[in-house]
Amino acid sequence: MSESLLQVEDLHVWFDLEDGGELHAVQGVNLSLDPGERLGLVGESGCGKTTTALAIMGLLPPNASVSGRVLLEGVDILAGGEEAIRPHRWVDVAIVFQGAMNAMNPVRTVGQQIVEALELHNRAKGVKARARTAELLEAVGIPAGRATRYPHELSGGMRQRAAIAMALACNPKVLIADEPTTALDVMVQAQILELLDGLCRDFGLALILVTHDLPVVAQLCNRCAVMYAGEIVERGRLEAIYHTPGHPYSRMLFAASPDLAGLGEPVISIPGAPPRLDRRIEGCPFRPRCDSSFEACTVRPRLEPLAADHDAACHLNTKVPA
Amino acid sequence: MSAEPALLEVEDLVVRYPIHRGLVGSATRRPRRSVHAVEGVSLSLRRGEMLALVGESGCGKTTTAQAVLRLVDPVSGSIRFDGRNLVPLGARELRPLRRRIQVVYQDPYESLDPRFRVRAAVEEPLLIHRLGGSKAERAARVREALVRVELSPPELYLDRYPHELSGGQRQRVAIAAALVLEPEVLVADEPVSMLDVSVRAGVLNVLDGLREQGLAILMITHDLSTAVRFAQRIAVMYLGRIVEEGPAAAVVGNPQHPYTKALLSVVPRRDPRDRTRPQILRGETPDAVAIPSGCRFHPRCPVAIERCSHEDPPLAQPTSAEEGHRAACLLLPSATDS
Repeated sequence: MSESLLQVEDLHVWFDLEDGGELHAVQGVNLSLDPGERLGLVGESGCGKTTTALAIMGLLPPNASVSGRVLLEGVDILAGGEEAIRPHRWVDVAIVFQGAMNAMNPVRTVGQQIVEALELHNRAKGVKARARTAELLEAVGIPAGRATRYPHELSGGMRQRAAIAMALACNPKVLIADEPTTALDVMVQAQILELLDGLCRDFGLALILVTHDLPVVAQLCNRCAVMYAGEIVERGRLEAIYHTPGHPYSRMLFAASPDLAGLGEPVISIPGAPPRLDRRIEGCPFRPRCDSSFEACTVRPRLEPLAADHDAACHLNTKVPA
Repeated sequence: MSAEPALLEVEDLVVRYPIHRGLVGSATRRPRRSVHAVEGVSLSLRRGEMLALVGESGCGKTTTAQAVLRLVDPVSGSIRFDGRNLVPLGARELRPLRRRIQVVYQDPYESLDPRFRVRAAVEEPLLIHRLGGSKAERAARVREALVRVELSPPELYLDRYPHELSGGQRQRVAIAAALVLEPEVLVADEPVSMLDVSVRAGVLNVLDGLREQGLAILMITHDLSTAVRFAQRIAVMYLGRIVEEGPAAAVVGNPQHPYTKALLSVVPRRDPRDRTRPQILRGETPDAVAIPSGCRFHPRCPVAIERCSHEDPPLAQPTSAEEGHRAACLLLPSATDS
């Protein structure tokens, strides 16, 4: 078996709460990403998708504790703490956040910030760094002349492009994009998706797209992992998950996203809310909201293979017809 | 045209926001400039109808809604509600009418006071408008409003604080606080865009149910796939103008204006096999301070001809569209041309 570019094994993240409790945000996530692959990590707010992304980057807040392994080309970058991860962060794995404004320093120009990133990582200095900055900005569709602008002088779409340029400064192999288009208009969203698509194609970048928006994933990704209550409940090729979902949550999530086609079919909402992660979950975490739960669901299901490259954690898949 | 007159009729609405020149600007007599937020918008809304106002940020859709709510003062145009023009009315005359036109905002995390329990949040509009009679009568109306937004039994929610509710429940409380005044028009400004996908349909179905009971809803949204599911009519705005308007299924199924076509082509589809070849418009919506001459869409339009740069097209019914479906484009042969 060939080695994955990025492999996440049995990742758990707990947050210590102020009241002394503990929130089990990520509950045993396994993921693998091949070079050039585009994986959509989807789920509702609070399902652990951003926490998973932050854990991969080693950017969790101090009240978090982590277990499991994050293998980058076979090397565990999680084991050695900050010292082990620093040489890889931004260099091999980079992240773009939802609010590009918050990711940037408001009192420095966009160009200065990229130059700073290049110098910090000893990629280039002085004139060379400025030339590389212009190159990066051009690559994301920002005229190099805008390098002298401050973040607030750019539109939302341009800021997101600048944030992508900054993330690409050290030629990472993996780009994590956390809700990169959520705050943007559809036309600007289309521009950013086209940009990400081009970057993956031209630079062989592997992409993890973290979002709650399934149609966006459908546009850009080839594989998908659906998260619910801190774990992956289904993963595989996107077409397989859309056309033959192996988990009721995936099926309902698609049915809850309105589409321009199929006007006759109703748009559903999923009743209830996800379970609290500061309490122990008994049985299948989706059981209270599921439309097809049965006796077996009182036992927590495990992620089992359904077909080649398609796994789901649902007892319905092994249910013996009565 | 149906016989019933429109409940809300906006005609030729113009709203501009002046730009402050600053001390230097006024000393040097720099010309006064303004943001042309809304430039001649006309729309009508009937009882039991939802009109979706669709467009990108800065197209003037929220300003149009704020003018309808009389939260901004139009420069010109009229807003007739139930036969009466709201534009010339002062605060005192508007007050009884405000009860009848209510609003729900995008962010239920901000629109609800975190210190108010659900009971108080929904009751407050009654106290402000000095309505609802005795305490017991008000309590009954609060309960009824909660039931109408499907927060039932109301006892489960009355004593909760906003932070104890999910996003979808919060937005339902905000809707209940608007409904308690028994309005006839509800302006819903991006009512679900802050909510999780899984609960959006629930809130939209609540609005749809209220519409069926006769409420007229003006929904502001940027999401065409939501608009086509829930609205009867769609109006597409670009840079302060309505560029296309008509029955929802017609606007989406048989779009006429090049901007509507481009907007539809970039809506992501949930079936990965339906991956679209989006017709991405370059650049961004121009500044509403310096509006392009002629058709305001011409600098970004993929099919613009020379004429478009100096001739401003009116909203008219193209020969290729059904009755009641209008678009503002010079390239469309209009049904009234011959």
